[in-house]
Amino acid sequence: MVEVIDAASALEYTDLSDPTNLRATLGATLIKNARHYPAFAAAFDVFFGLSSRTHAEDDEEGPDTAAAGAGAAGSGGESGPDNDLLDGLVEALTRGDRDRLRMLISRAVTRYAGMQPGRPVGGRYYTYRVLKRIDSDALMARLLAAIVLSEPSSGVDERLHQDEADRLFQEVRDELEREVTARLVEDRGAQQVAASRRLPLVEDIDLMHATRAEIAEVEKAIAPLARKLATRLSQRRKHGRSGRLDVRRTIRRSLGHGGVLLEPQFKQPRVSKPEIVVLCDLSGSMATFARFTMQLTYAIASELSRVRVFGFVDALDEVTDYFGTGTDFSDGLIRMGSEADVVRSDGHSDYGRSFHDMWERYADAITPRTSVIITGDARNNYRNAGVEYLDRIVERSRATFWLNPEPSRYWDTGDSIMSQYGRRCDVVDQVRTLRQLEGFVEKATLPVIRSTAVSRQPSAVSQNTRF
Amino acid sequence: MTTSWDEPSSVADDLERVGYLADARIAQVVFLADRLDKPILAEGPAGVGKTALALALAEATGRRLVRLQCYEGLDEAKALYEWDYHKQLLRLQADEGASWDDLEGDIFSEAFLLERPLLAAIRSPESVVLLIDEVDRVEVETEALLLEILDAFQVTIPELGTITAVSKPIVVLTSNNTRELSEALKRRCLFLHVPYPSVERERAILAARVPELPEALADKVARTVATIRNVPTRKSPSVSETIDWARTLIALGIEDLDDDSLASTLNVLLKYQADIDKVAKELSLELTDTA
Repeated sequence: MVEVIDAASALEYTDLSDPTNLRATLGATLIKNARHYPAFAAAFDVFFGLSSRTHAEDDEEGPDTAAAGAGAAGSGGESGPDNDLLDGLVEALTRGDRDRLRMLISRAVTRYAGMQPGRPVGGRYYTYRVLKRIDSDALMARLLAAIVLSEPSSGVDERLHQDEADRLFQEVRDELEREVTARLVEDRGAQQVAASRRLPLVEDIDLMHATRAEIAEVEKAIAPLARKLATRLSQRRKHGRSGRLDVRRTIRRSLGHGGVLLEPQFKQPRVSKPEIVVLCDLSGSMATFARFTMQLTYAIASELSRVRVFGFVDALDEVTDYFGTGTDFSDGLIRMGSEADVVRSDGHSDYGRSFHDMWERYADAITPRTSVIITGDARNNYRNAGVEYLDRIVERSRATFWLNPEPSRYWDTGDSIMSQYGRRCDVVDQVRTLRQLEGFVEKATLPVIRSTAVSRQPSAVSQNTRF
Repeated sequence: MTTSWDEPSSVADDLERVGYLADARIAQVVFLADRLDKPILAEGPAGVGKTALALALAEATGRRLVRLQCYEGLDEAKALYEWDYHKQLLRLQADEGASWDDLEGDIFSEAFLLERPLLAAIRSPESVVLLIDEVDRVEVETEALLLEILDAFQVTIPELGTITAVSKPIVVLTSNNTRELSEALKRRCLFLHVPYPSVERERAILAARVPELPEALADKVARTVATIRNVPTRKSPSVSETIDWARTLIALGIEDLDDDSLASTLNVLLKYQADIDKVAKELSLELTDTA
């Protein structure tokens, strides 16, 4: 609400004829989070982006006119690439001539998109059609040729040229999308286009079905959250700010002032150093989520020194070293994939056996200072649940958290035994978006005294449940 | 205070005069901040010139810069004001026997007040630029300290009353986004996201900051840095590192940036060995053994 008033008063000092200014003003007053900027930019284009068609048609004269008419009539016709258009685009791009680029794109949309008023087709379809006719490969090749011509070439140069061409090509794509959006708005009105164009905010992206680009966005946003989680886990429940009066030091200090107790000295409160153990299900169905978990863990590991990570499918192995300090995250993922010993027989998750391995081989990793975070869907493929080992892990740890990426309505369906495991943990949470992870981080304070539920009692591991 | 600018482009001109290249968006936000008397919250990766914006604003407007560097554990006594406890105690001891009324009014007067940056910015007779640097480093609770200043440009001291700014300062807050700032703080500010500059802008920055760098080399430096930023590294090179790199090239007398010279100076741009290895691999460079 305050934001809207701010925006309104800011508009008074904004040159409204220039979209850049307007965008800056609205962006600065309405958007307070960099992650929300792409959604804002998309909405801005819908409401304030103008089609450059009017300019384009004024310019459309001379030798091109005949071709334009023919192209419009046979839109979608299977003729070869439009050489004039390609040349024009390359020239406009390499010279940085934005106006000409706009005009060319506008003309291309008129000719090739085959837009019909009132047709309920999304903008992406039209963008795709035009790009297909422009012929992305040909454009790329020509851009490269144009760039390389102007400079001598050596090793690194090649890569630089490629990047430069990519960048210019992206300009074409952006301009094209802007133009198509603007035309859709002309046709259907801004409200409707905006409704169909709504971008999901980063925190609402579904991690299980995210595209690569979306995952990249999410990964950028993880670091602040990991930091917060790390501090929360190291926080003690009590907020005693400074410690008790340190009489000895106070008197010692007072000697300098002739025995007047000028500066009271306090004992520093001890900061607890948290240890974190992460158990991560790496089976096929969890691949996307496991990547996300590892990214989170990687970020936590750069905040806290005592983090140990274990991956499992139907066997468990320590993977901490792949993600230590000074390592690269994607290298770590690759090494984990090829080197970690997490599959024993068939590659289907076996939580029971993994908890067994954890307890038998790495029990020393868990101490009363350890927070254990388990991530997985608890789909145990109808195998032995191994709850007695989970019990022991929970019993010895300071707190145990379970993050399940599956929607909670699917828990306990089929081979999921979430509630069997869940009631033993301190917090069980559905986490499939950043927003939910944020919610978990809020909740993840450490229990002072564990509730003495019946399930807490360590069940004796009977002799005959051997793996 | 009279407003110093009539339109955003004169903001950009003034900033450029002192060597800070503002794009249209930055200029517009600074212009609005000045007109609406609102603080600017500049957020973005480290080393893209957020702090430099405040420094440049101070220089361009000829105002004094008051800087508050935030850190974990910053409190009222370090940010706002503190009573000079030692001096008060000595005063009491020196004056034993004086009437209580005299003393009481006396020891809570301005003579015993230690000014910290925020109060200094408010009380300064001439208008200043107040830079609150890396505000994301303080705890959420400490952020509340800033709210009164950001809102109304005033500080309330229980013993003295409310001190209102004589002339309103330009306030710039910077954040590296290591944690989410509170809504209350964000609401009071104009939000300015400062991303890494485009190739064109970085080239212009190089021209302004390292004028002795040949144009062709500057162009190549800017494009190489942009390419390296595309490689997912732990810490992407910042603008200040680009400038350092350009100066390194000049110092080493490198006129043409080829594979070897890039490989041997990569450590100026990248600060992690894993990053250096990765970038070298991406750009198919042969690393010479330096470490």
